[in-house]
Amino acid sequence: MTAPPIADPIEIELPDLAATRALGTALGAALRPGDVVALSGDLGAGKSELARAAIRARLAVPDLEVPSPTFTLVQTYEAPALEIWHVDLYRLERPGDALELGLEEAFADAAMLIEWPGRLGDALPAARLDLCLSVIGAPDTGGDGARRAMLADPAGAWATRIEGLRP
Amino acid sequence: MRILGIETSCDETAAAIVERDANGRGLIRANVVLSQLDEHRAYGGVVPEIAARSHLDHLDRLIAQALEEAGSGFDDLDGIAATAGPGLIGGVMVGALTAKAIAWARGLPFIAVNHLEGHALTARLTADDPAEAAFPYLLLLVSGGHCQLLAVEGVGRYRVLGTTVDDAVGEAFDKTAKLLDLGYPGGPAVERAAERSARRRAEAGEETPRFRLPIPMRGRDDCAFSFSGLKTAVRQQLERLDTPPGEAEREDLAAAFQTNAARSIADRTARACARFTAEVAPGRPLVVAGGVAANKVIRAELARVADAAGMTFLAPPLKLCTDNAAMIAWAGAERLALGLTDGLDFRPRPRWPLADLADRAPPGAGAAAQAEAGA
Repeated sequence: MTAPPIADPIEIELPDLAATRALGTALGAALRPGDVVALSGDLGAGKSELARAAIRARLAVPDLEVPSPTFTLVQTYEAPALEIWHVDLYRLERPGDALELGLEEAFADAAMLIEWPGRLGDALPAARLDLCLSVIGAPDTGGDGARRAMLADPAGAWATRIEGLRP
Repeated sequence: MRILGIETSCDETAAAIVERDANGRGLIRANVVLSQLDEHRAYGGVVPEIAARSHLDHLDRLIAQALEEAGSGFDDLDGIAATAGPGLIGGVMVGALTAKAIAWARGLPFIAVNHLEGHALTARLTADDPAEAAFPYLLLLVSGGHCQLLAVEGVGRYRVLGTTVDDAVGEAFDKTAKLLDLGYPGGPAVERAAERSARRRAEAGEETPRFRLPIPMRGRDDCAFSFSGLKTAVRQQLERLDTPPGEAEREDLAAAFQTNAARSIADRTARACARFTAEVAPGRPLVVAGGVAANKVIRAELARVADAAGMTFLAPPLKLCTDNAAMIAWAGAERLALGLTDGLDFRPRPRWPLADLADRAPPGAGAAAQAEAGA
């Protein structure tokens, strides 16, 4: 069996919050059981906002309450034929802690949106989508700053889907 | 009646013994919380003992300690209450299974308690006179993981008036403290930095604040909260500085954050007061619960808001605002007093919004009926 083709990393400019949400919506539509999306970026980069848009889109509930999982660590959502885990490992320091959350079992069936994935260390599955948000420039008003998303597919799990995430 | 309460739904492992007399007056006989704050600080961040195994390791000892402090044995108990959600399922299972095992072995009623209901009913445990915190009242629950305004109309009867659309306020405090390198825990660190900023600016005669931040959701026609944008605005202000921020700048930014977080909470709560007065009843108490209730600036704002709305302001002691088992034991006692118990087949619920408790309210009994029942 040949290895799946590995797509080149792609870069998406997100000029405003609406663009971040649109990327989240596209991501939500593309999710399949067993997916792992590693959402990285600094505090305030827009990770939770993007995950919220993905979950709302997949559950088709535009005003669904999607609280930050920082304190609860995990929030789960039932979409038709798909369970979505919204995970935030910000508060953890040891990879062992993350495994205690039952993530390993969930990797098989659920679609996982994982913030602060670096906390997993080697336990982060290779077959995943890396989505890194960074802030480019600071606007003078509000929190609607421009972002850039870097998407990478290190093991070919998203080979046929990554291009579909472009606006 | 005397109830053992168990709390294991998130970071804390806790056990407590609480009594409730026939008049609805509460008495805490023991309240033990395994907090590892000093160890956490060594890491410069939170290292939650989230693991189910950790709860398992400590729970038996905490229960034994609570019984000893209360001068009780299992034979003196009238019921066993445990948090059955919402929370991390592993931890919740440990607490609920332990409670069920004790209840089964001793032939005692088991009461599955919603963690948020524990917070919602705490004011009734700590009130000097049960009449002070009779139903209905308006509750603001502000903690690391929650930020909601609720109409509390009776045991099991909660109506959400507003909740956060993104981060909880305690989380915003923690993340702001991290951005500003102020240390952990974030809430007290931001509060102390803001106090230093105010002192220095008063001495220097500075009147105009150095930083301007948005007041989230102010003036909106609902009772929702949002703190993600405020946190991001702090980060943007930091990045706009030409040089790495000095201590004075970080403290001024902390002060600006705290002021606007408090103003936002005050604005949202004032709106909820008006709605509660119109839709439920005038002149009822405003109750605050959750760890963020410790913040003096927020407390002062809430007292002002309650006063302006013609409501009394009730804030339970801080020790009972953060996660604890006394509130779980008390919620168990309130339920048991109304004849509400649960089967040993009750399944813990990782997601369990308070609004879903309607099926767990006493059948056909509203606030008035509960009041007559001595609740």
